[in-house]
Amino acid sequence: MDLKIRDVGHAYGPLTVLDGIGFEVPAGRIVCIVGPSGCGKSTLLRMIGGLERPDSGEILQVGAPPAASLNPLTFIFQDFALLPWRSVEGNIRLVLEDHRLGAAETERIVAGVLARTNLTEFRKAWPRQLSGGMRQRVAIARALAVSPAVMLMDEPLSALDAQTRELLMADLVALWERERFSAVYVTHNLAEAVRLGHRVIVLSRRPGRIREIVDIDMPLGERTGRMAELEAHQSRLWALIRDEAEAAEKELVGG
Amino acid sequence: MAEKQVQPVPFRGGGFTARKLGLVGPLVFVAIVALWEIGCRTGVIPPLVLPAPSEVYAALARLVETGLIWDHLGASLQRLVVGWSLGTVLGVAVGLSIGLFSLARAGLAPIVAAIFPVPKIALLPLFVIWFGIGEGSKVATILFGTFFPTVVATYGGVDNVDRTLIRMGQSFGLSWFSIVRKIILPGALPAILPGFRISAAIAIVLLVAAEMIGAEYGIGAYILLAGSLMATDELIAGVAILSAIGLVVNWLIGRAERALLAWRR
Repeated sequence: MDLKIRDVGHAYGPLTVLDGIGFEVPAGRIVCIVGPSGCGKSTLLRMIGGLERPDSGEILQVGAPPAASLNPLTFIFQDFALLPWRSVEGNIRLVLEDHRLGAAETERIVAGVLARTNLTEFRKAWPRQLSGGMRQRVAIARALAVSPAVMLMDEPLSALDAQTRELLMADLVALWERERFSAVYVTHNLAEAVRLGHRVIVLSRRPGRIREIVDIDMPLGERTGRMAELEAHQSRLWALIRDEAEAAEKELVGG
Repeated sequence: MAEKQVQPVPFRGGGFTARKLGLVGPLVFVAIVALWEIGCRTGVIPPLVLPAPSEVYAALARLVETGLIWDHLGASLQRLVVGWSLGTVLGVAVGLSIGLFSLARAGLAPIVAAIFPVPKIALLPLFVIWFGIGEGSKVATILFGTFFPTVVATYGGVDNVDRTLIRMGQSFGLSWFSIVRKIILPGALPAILPGFRISAAIAIVLLVAAEMIGAEYGIGAYILLAGSLMATDELIAGVAILSAIGLVVNWLIGRAERALLAWRR
């Protein structure tokens, strides 16, 4: 299943936040959206996931999602969004319960995603007992449980420290190598964008418009070994958004 | 500058942390009762002003001996349990609907805010007319008293449920009912349970007030009778029973909190 975003625009009252956004998310590719804070990138992601309605334009699913997919468009949130009153296992079961899969099938899925994210021994743990990185792994396991066609990741590593972020990025690359999922990955971190993105979409600051679309042809698995080339991509992206990031920085909150 | 002065950095981080002193509470209680007893025995406290603890104990023992305590306790606990349970169930239901539906919020929240501060004791004569002088008016008073704080606690709790969790539920396609039952209700529970503590205390206050009108049995009736006979020992015995009821209720809610909110700590 591909996604097609066509001429999406949105305004909060008199404030235009998104204008004329159009791009495609081909199956099996990771599309990163970067831009300075306040450029509307999280709003755009929520629209792609059907949690908000754009004022104009449309978001289209091209082709049917795989039959096995329980929830084709699945989010991974910056703050993990785990229920603190449910264990690791309970949080994964939460998203399966409404589908009435039967005890055996549910158990098979839960055990499967826990194994794929190396969480099997933490099955009974409470979220509060886990570190930030482990919590995000639980959220990834929960997302995998519903076999998404497209993962919608909203700054998934931004609440984590630099070392954990590095580990999880390697995890995500390994996961992509195995599962070849499609994803829209919103971040303000350019290093993440060039490590994980097949395509990087650069948004301008308010109103958010597409400034440039950068394709990075290097296979994800090789990228840690070719940091110098990535560095060039990253500098180029930085040159694109530097001035606007600076302007965003100086803006008064709510002004 | 030959010799440099060497001294430890002064510690100034102390104080302000709560320490656990488990024995102090019971000790203070025992000390006050002992002083009180001594005061009565030596005549510093005249018997009419305050009976000695030993006399209060004797009054309690008489209650147990005659078996009357079970009639009074039974009548009171029945009113308390029925009134509080009904008030709580209705309160949680109304509080949830105010939290969930804009129409209910717009229509009911102002009424709740207007009636909540009215002392329900003032409405007691009205309840007697509406529900009769028997059990009806007593249960209704307690029901009304517990209903309002429960409504306020419940919709406050619903309002405070983390919005990102609700959005998460929606993003995984959970049904409306699942989101309410699995995300909103458990998320509001940390606010609802302390509400129970308050409503239970209010229920005990109203119980006594309600039992002072037309009740044969009940702790409130017992205290009222003792008061009109100037039997201060029996009066204080009744108050001690009320305090014991309050402590037991508090303990039960504490247990419920520990069981239902185990995920917090």
